[in-house]
Amino acid sequence: MAQVAYNKAARVFGGTPPVRAVDGLDLTVDDGEFLVLVGPSGSGKSTALRMLAGLEEIDEGGVQIGDVDVTTMPPKSRDIAMVFQSYALYPHMTVAENMGFALKLRRIHKQEVRRRVEEAAELLDLTSYLDRKPKALSGGQRQRVAMGRAIVREPSVFLMDEPLSNLDAKLRVETRANIASLQRRLGTTTIYVTHDQVEAMTMGHRVAVLADGVLQQCETPRELYERPANAFVAGFIGSPAMNLRTVPLTPEGAELDEVSIPVPRAVTSGRSDDSEITIGIRPESLHLVSSEEGSLPLQVELVEELGADCLIHGRTLTSTNRDPLIIRGDGRTPPTPGETVNVAVRDLEEIHLFDAGSGERLAS
Amino acid sequence: MNVEAPDQRLSEKPRAEKPAEPAEAEGTRRKRKREGAAWVFLSPWLLGAAVLTLTPMLVSLYLSFTEYDLFTAPEWVGLDNYVHMFTEDPRYWRSAVNTLVYVLVAVPLQLAAALAAALALNSIGRGKGFYRSAFYAPSLLGASMSIALVWRALFNDGGTVDDLLSSFGVNMGGWVNQPGWALLVVALLTIWQFGAPMVIFLAGLQQIPGELYEAAEVDGAGRLRRFRSVTLPMLSPVLFFNLVLQTIQAFQVFTPAFTVSGGRGGPADSTLFYTLYLYDRGFTASHMGYASAMAWVLLVVIGIVTALLFRSSRSWVFYNDKG
Repeated sequence: MAQVAYNKAARVFGGTPPVRAVDGLDLTVDDGEFLVLVGPSGSGKSTALRMLAGLEEIDEGGVQIGDVDVTTMPPKSRDIAMVFQSYALYPHMTVAENMGFALKLRRIHKQEVRRRVEEAAELLDLTSYLDRKPKALSGGQRQRVAMGRAIVREPSVFLMDEPLSNLDAKLRVETRANIASLQRRLGTTTIYVTHDQVEAMTMGHRVAVLADGVLQQCETPRELYERPANAFVAGFIGSPAMNLRTVPLTPEGAELDEVSIPVPRAVTSGRSDDSEITIGIRPESLHLVSSEEGSLPLQVELVEELGADCLIHGRTLTSTNRDPLIIRGDGRTPPTPGETVNVAVRDLEEIHLFDAGSGERLAS
Repeated sequence: MNVEAPDQRLSEKPRAEKPAEPAEAEGTRRKRKREGAAWVFLSPWLLGAAVLTLTPMLVSLYLSFTEYDLFTAPEWVGLDNYVHMFTEDPRYWRSAVNTLVYVLVAVPLQLAAALAAALALNSIGRGKGFYRSAFYAPSLLGASMSIALVWRALFNDGGTVDDLLSSFGVNMGGWVNQPGWALLVVALLTIWQFGAPMVIFLAGLQQIPGELYEAAEVDGAGRLRRFRSVTLPMLSPVLFFNLVLQTIQAFQVFTPAFTVSGGRGGPADSTLFYTLYLYDRGFTASHMGYASAMAWVLLVVIGIVTALLFRSSRSWVFYNDKG
């Protein structure tokens, strides 16, 4: 068990121009914390994890596990255990041998290995499969063996690289909950990489969002959702994605098509009259209203019915924007495509404002 | 359920069967037509196999029970050839032992060389294509007489190797002239032709997922351990394939021994390999019946060895169908 810290760590891949896969990453993971690294593909999240594992060189800065600077240490000296996307189980070894391999290499006594393997197997419901080869296991069982291999090592840090992406949807949801509760039980510091923001939100104590090798924000899921630090995080976290529009700013407020959305004075002050602003409204912050007063007329293009609620895709008649607005509506009374509905913001407090240029969140 | 089932079947049977009949006949006809086409396409190969392989084999099986000097009609002698071979012919046993020693030396060393070269090639980035071709070249050249002659010149008394060693103060004389070393020189010629197994090893190495090595590294395995616990088991099907193939080939070694020893298996019968002695009996001494019997014994021995290899493979070859 240990704290983990990235200190301005960077990984630069040669080429013209060189690619900064991970750029000046500053991040501290507390002892016992479950931190999720999330981002689109190519954001550097896997590279960041592999840097900590020792599988990827660190070109600038360093990483620390506990009180030890492990920047130049080989993987085996870092006291970490890793779960790979493909599980990377040794196909010629039984489940028990797979799980005990690392212990055997550390010359731990056979009986002790057996004891720890059986303990982990029980925890993961693998006891009856210990003598099988990975070939004879289902995908979910293999995934659990990969977890077991990490657990028996009793490392200070678990590293997991998209460990659920090879499972089907139902099993993924199940395993997601299992891993989260297992981590809370063991209390081992865990860093978990995923591209799936639902996984990130449901599993992590904190979630670190990366884009283009740069850390965008690291916060609790709720904080990330309610106060995204910039337009990228706002658009990435949440499903369906937040509606983001860059619109002109006038003394009355932000001009979203025909409607003016009032903007706090703190934001408008110091900005010229013809400047622009990016506003973000989550689909559930919009609702259908009957009156036309102060609302936005919207032509419905598509309705996705989810049961409890529905997602209404539509655009205003004057809209030049390519992306439709998405509204989360009541599942029992969905509008029909082609219909024109009136849409209003539920609460002005729920509107996010970002700088149109930098994408940074503006005071609110 | 059990009570209902027969009733259901009774009521459905007549309905289901009638329309099925013509469809089934149609299907059989189409199947037969397709099979006919397959036979037509196979016919050139079948003809070749029958005329060029099967017939000579059966004829040689017959000849192995005869005394046949190529010029007069074969004379039936029953098991005499086999009895003579096993009980009265010391040169036969010499050739058998030579061949066995050769197989035991040349095959493991050749496979080791091939694996080492493949591992080296797999780890370099640039120039892989060039080195691959360079290492493969001996396999193309090696089968030729000319290379065997060059080999003879290299290892002869006063040859290049001898000269080179002399300059270091090692006085060996000709390698090919010494009974103790001649077999090794022939084996070396084979080992040097490791290109084919190397290419197969290389293909096998490239199939091993990188994450397996990374997992082993995180687990604390050093280079040697990773080779033993990841590379070798993952490569075992390819290793097995190469082993079977090279063993079968090694049992039939002929050209290098024929050339290096000038066709006589010398010095002092030290490179008298099985096939060389077989050739000698059949074509030089004109005992074609005896040579045929030898060929059949070789076939059976190779068959047994291959079967043993297959039997042993169950405990050391790991086939990995995904995951």
